[in-house]
Amino acid sequence: MNRQAAGFREIDHTADWALEIWAPDLAGLFGQAILGMNMLTQVVLSPENRITRELEFTAADPESLLVTFLSELVYIGEEEDIGFDHLKINIEGIHLTARLEGAKIKERMKEIKAVTYHNLEIISGPRGLQAQLVFDV
Amino acid sequence: MIRLQDLKRISEYEWEIPTSFRKTMRVPVRIFSSQKLLEKVMDDKSLEQAVNSTALPGLVGHVMVMPDMHQGYGFPIGGVAATRCPDGVISPGAIGYDINCGVRLLGSQIELDAVGDKLGDLASALDHYCPSGVGVKGHLRLSTAELDQVCLQGARWALGRGYATEMDLQRTEEFGTLAGADPDKISPRAKKRGQSQLGTLGAGNHFIEVDVVDQIFDQQAADAMGLRQGNLVVQIHCGSRGFGHQVCTDYVNEFQGAVQRYAIKLPDRELVCAPLSSPEGSSYLAAMRAAGNFAFANRQVLAHFARQAFEETFAGVVPNWHLHQVYDIAHNMGKIEQHTIHGESMQVCVHRKGATRAFGPNSPGLPAEYQKIGQPVLVPGSMGTASWVLVGTEQSMARSLGSTCHGAGRLMSRSKAKKTVRGEALLQGLLDDGIQVRAGSLPGLAEEAPQAYKDVDAVVKTVVGAGIASKVARLRPVAVVKG
Repeated sequence: MNRQAAGFREIDHTADWALEIWAPDLAGLFGQAILGMNMLTQVVLSPENRITRELEFTAADPESLLVTFLSELVYIGEEEDIGFDHLKINIEGIHLTARLEGAKIKERMKEIKAVTYHNLEIISGPRGLQAQLVFDV
Repeated sequence: MIRLQDLKRISEYEWEIPTSFRKTMRVPVRIFSSQKLLEKVMDDKSLEQAVNSTALPGLVGHVMVMPDMHQGYGFPIGGVAATRCPDGVISPGAIGYDINCGVRLLGSQIELDAVGDKLGDLASALDHYCPSGVGVKGHLRLSTAELDQVCLQGARWALGRGYATEMDLQRTEEFGTLAGADPDKISPRAKKRGQSQLGTLGAGNHFIEVDVVDQIFDQQAADAMGLRQGNLVVQIHCGSRGFGHQVCTDYVNEFQGAVQRYAIKLPDRELVCAPLSSPEGSSYLAAMRAAGNFAFANRQVLAHFARQAFEETFAGVVPNWHLHQVYDIAHNMGKIEQHTIHGESMQVCVHRKGATRAFGPNSPGLPAEYQKIGQPVLVPGSMGTASWVLVGTEQSMARSLGSTCHGAGRLMSRSKAKKTVRGEALLQGLLDDGIQVRAGSLPGLAEEAPQAYKDVDAVVKTVVGAGIASKVARLRPVAVVKG
């Protein structure tokens, strides 16, 4: 088992992509999901012209908040070709504010088309909070 | 965990998981599979997901899975389920994100023997004319008003733009236009994604493939479809692109609240649903149909580009380079259909996710030339292996809600495929087998290696053995374009 305080790892899935993510708190968990998505898509950001984006969401529960937040990043990635690698995320209850820093996507090998709710449950465990995410690719 | 011994064997190619297996099951699961193919999926979650799906309210008959089944999210790929109208539910997750992902088959009079060394040129021309790959935009830029017309008219929109013939439309499921679409039920975000993506192939498992008709099994049906042994044909596999994905994302999100409002309990949040008669259910149905129409138009525009590539390559080389439509079918769709279930004729919403409609002879909605033979069913293999043209049967109408398999079905995860197969070696191997390949990326190609899929011939043998489809022709690939 990976003993890092926060992290992600790819889980085998027959047709799509799945990630296990863990972190001490919700904000850290959401950040690991973004880093995991960057790993899966093998995204390379332009070294020039950093871009900052501020986002704010409220959802019915933490799982919906996670899907909504990540779906927004999928959309920004596809429509604006922007990716993020420096993340400041704050979550209070079911309200999220984020200041994300990144740049135009220079290269990506794969694309995530959608973030699913499949078996998504944020639970407390030995590594703090953890969840499994399945992406449509 | 479901074990083989939990299944009841009905026949050589049919199995059942009875409702006694789990308390939440409203109907049994019916599996169309040989034992050998079934053993290959016992390690993934296909059957678990099929059992979960039996909790959807208003189900009738069985939840069925086809022999190309594999693990998806929520509903398994290869799944078919019917809910009774109007009190049953509709579930976006049981249709999929790529709404109306499907396959189009174009036939030709071009003999493989006559094209000489032009196959490489043809592959390059297809790659040039048909935009593909990660994040690639199309040649067309639609205004919002024009996109709304695509949503309403589907492939018929392309007729007015010179991208289609009347015969193309006649030989498309639903004649290329799903009635009841409503672009007002689509979010601005989905429309923005769709405006630049019409006429694009995308990435992942989508492809354009040139095949040669290798073997004919049903001469009458092949004649009706214009398929002749030794001639080239073209398969186009893609769907509604980011537009459909956004529609599904929007409604799966919205339905998280709907299941609370209608007190529906489900074992997986990806299966969220709403009653067909509810405002939420009606809105999704209208939006899904709009995305389905987008996909019909998308494959139609790509067919036009493929025709341009054939003209550029073969005009002056062969006497007739034109491509005629054989058929276009969806394999991710929800349709309101009339079926006889347990002896009772009823109107149902048939969810097919990674499963193909396979209407038998004399079914409504087929063009005149296919009334006698039944609906063409297109079953692409994996690049390097065969693909199949089948037809629906009377048995498919009676036993599988007029449905059958949609492809070979994945066997190996993408990460395992990349570790097992080297893109360069795969590319060379395909070339050595006489298959021209144009691919966006070598790792992407490796993910789609033939080894990552089941044996399509075994899948077809199963559906034919079960009686839910009948063989017409076997196709062999000679050129593949992948995003």
